[in-house]
Amino acid sequence: MWPLGRTDRAARARYRDEGRLDKRDPAPSRLSYKIERLWLTPIFRLGIRVGVPFALVFSVSALWLADAGRRDAIRLAYERVLTSIQERPEFMVTMMAVDGASEPVDRAIRSMLPVELPVSSFQLDLEAMRATIEQIDAVASAELHVRKGGVLQITVAERQPEILWRSADGLEMLDRTGQRVATLLDRAARPELPVIAGDGADARVDEALKLIAASGPLGPRVRGLIRIGERRWDVVLDRDQRILLPEYDPVSALQRVAALDSAQDMMARDITIVDMRNPARPTVRLAAATSELLTSQITGASAP
Amino acid sequence: MTDLCQTQRAMRNIRRAALQRGLVAVLDVGTSKIACLVLKFDPGEAVREDGLGSLAGQTQFRVIGAATTRSRGVRFGEVDAMQETERAIRTAVQAAQKMAQVRVDHVIACFSGAHPRSYGLAGEVQLTDGQVSEQDVARVLAACDVPDFGAGRDVLHAHPVNFAIDHRSGFGDPRGHVGSKLAADMHLLTTDSVAVQNLLYCIKRCDLEIAGIASSAYVAGLASLVEDEQELGAACIDMGGGSTGVSIFFKKHMIFADSVRLGGDHVTGDISKGLRVSATAAERIKTMNGGIHATGMDDREMIEIGGDSGDWEKDRRKVSRTELIGIMRPRVEEILEEARGVLDAAGFDQLPSQQIVLTGGASQIPGLDMLAARILGQNVRLGRPLRVQGLPQAATGPSFSSTVGLCLFAAHPQDEWWDFEIPAERYPARSLRRAMKWFKDNW
Repeated sequence: MWPLGRTDRAARARYRDEGRLDKRDPAPSRLSYKIERLWLTPIFRLGIRVGVPFALVFSVSALWLADAGRRDAIRLAYERVLTSIQERPEFMVTMMAVDGASEPVDRAIRSMLPVELPVSSFQLDLEAMRATIEQIDAVASAELHVRKGGVLQITVAERQPEILWRSADGLEMLDRTGQRVATLLDRAARPELPVIAGDGADARVDEALKLIAASGPLGPRVRGLIRIGERRWDVVLDRDQRILLPEYDPVSALQRVAALDSAQDMMARDITIVDMRNPARPTVRLAAATSELLTSQITGASAP
Repeated sequence: MTDLCQTQRAMRNIRRAALQRGLVAVLDVGTSKIACLVLKFDPGEAVREDGLGSLAGQTQFRVIGAATTRSRGVRFGEVDAMQETERAIRTAVQAAQKMAQVRVDHVIACFSGAHPRSYGLAGEVQLTDGQVSEQDVARVLAACDVPDFGAGRDVLHAHPVNFAIDHRSGFGDPRGHVGSKLAADMHLLTTDSVAVQNLLYCIKRCDLEIAGIASSAYVAGLASLVEDEQELGAACIDMGGGSTGVSIFFKKHMIFADSVRLGGDHVTGDISKGLRVSATAAERIKTMNGGIHATGMDDREMIEIGGDSGDWEKDRRKVSRTELIGIMRPRVEEILEEARGVLDAAGFDQLPSQQIVLTGGASQIPGLDMLAARILGQNVRLGRPLRVQGLPQAATGPSFSSTVGLCLFAAHPQDEWWDFEIPAERYPARSLRRAMKWFKDNW
């Protein structure tokens, strides 16, 4: 059936096609069916939605960064921004304050720290600076922080000298743990500190301090302690008297000598050495002249 | 028969793989519509031994995509125009995939035509060691004497229906029983292989793998017969567009299936011829105003026929509903009488219970149950498919009973012949020799 008057074949065919177009086939074409199935495949979907954008961004940026000039430009811009932030006045450190340090230690700290003030607080490595300060012998511990107002606050705890150690190098002040504090040029500068001597004496400072505390009435007469053979102590009194202490438990041996002294006034006599090295058999040595005198009195003969 | 078992076994393996992936599509290729459902399996609830549970034990799958499209190129339930059918299948599958948002690769299909024919098989073997083993079951099934169903026909279903040991009958599972003679009854359904091959080719053209194929009469019965009807004996009449499937169930097994090559499309054709309207207009009139029983009211109810011929007189015609009923009723009677004939030929009147369930799209004609009661007997009811999870409301009507039945078939297939072991003597000797050679070469 076609309109009257349209008798050419092409027009008839067109009319037929128009009629057919109405009943559109809902079926998908083979290609669109396959494409949709492919799209519903989970791995493919993931690849398209994640993999492809990722690969695209990655490859474009990699291509762009392949040029060294661009990489440098990015780095320069980054550094410029970084410096402009770091060097804002809020972050600048302009002063250094040292608390708890004596004058020479303060000077040493200021000279040792390699910091040119003013500097940005981002560039201060406080941990490394603390390690540097704690290398000074006189400093027991240091605490650093950047205070408000651009002040680098350094709080120092100094070592307290407890004893003097006379060695071949000279006279050195040691603290309770045997750590060196400073060199002393003149004994008279610190008359209140006891003196020890001998190799390895610095390792046993606490024992030496205990012995000095235990010397009791002999205390004022003690000139110092000598470490013998890195093994045991000698107590040196004035008038060239010596007390030889044992290796083990020297404190009680010294207390026995002190007790003898207070009971019998032993050390006031003409004795050069009290030998306590064998605690079961204390021995004394008389001075040579007295010894001869006594011998002659006992034998009745004069000395040869 | 062994060759067909190979393909059926291969389909079973594909089905197992599909269930492992948890996704399978069912495709009902009918004469009037093609429906596709996408099923998602998740073994959330353990299946009970007796197959019961909430929702009749059908909770392990869920319909996540459903689509239906007008069928094209299918006549009498068989593929008539391959290209058209392929396009229609593509439409349905694509729409269902789109709804499910997932790609399906495996499909279980059913069709209604292809001249199904039922055979009852019997076989028996002597038991060698007293107790029935799996091998004995395999042997007795292999011993069933297969009738000569002719060249060009394929076995679609082969259900072992009954086992008997000595003189005790009615075993569902004979394994472990003691006796000296094992006998088996088997129901065999054959169809034209050409029709099946055409359908399989259409599905393969859509890049889908076939995980199973079923007769729609069988799956419609699975979906629309309730459990005691299947147990006591019932017939399901699936009135489709181009053909009407008849299946008889007894003791939960299908024991007979056939199809009548008449359906709702023939009713539409009669209306189209009788009222001289197009097929689509006739279909619309049938759906909106159709009926079986004329009453006095129907004489006064005038139906606008409509039409787009351009002739005012022709397009403004009216008929009374009685006239329409007068066109429809003889054809529906014919269909039901054909079905009656099939049931009589099958010996349906021998069953203890003779429930008849009408389902399928054409069973929705108002008043059909009264007419069917007159022709088929008093035990007639209209059946709707079982409810399954996630099924859209639009797909719960009786026209979807074979689609839903296909879901049940996908989830719990009944044991068929190819699900049992192959009897040992049937193993080809060549493969044993090859195995021996492999051992000799490698050890």
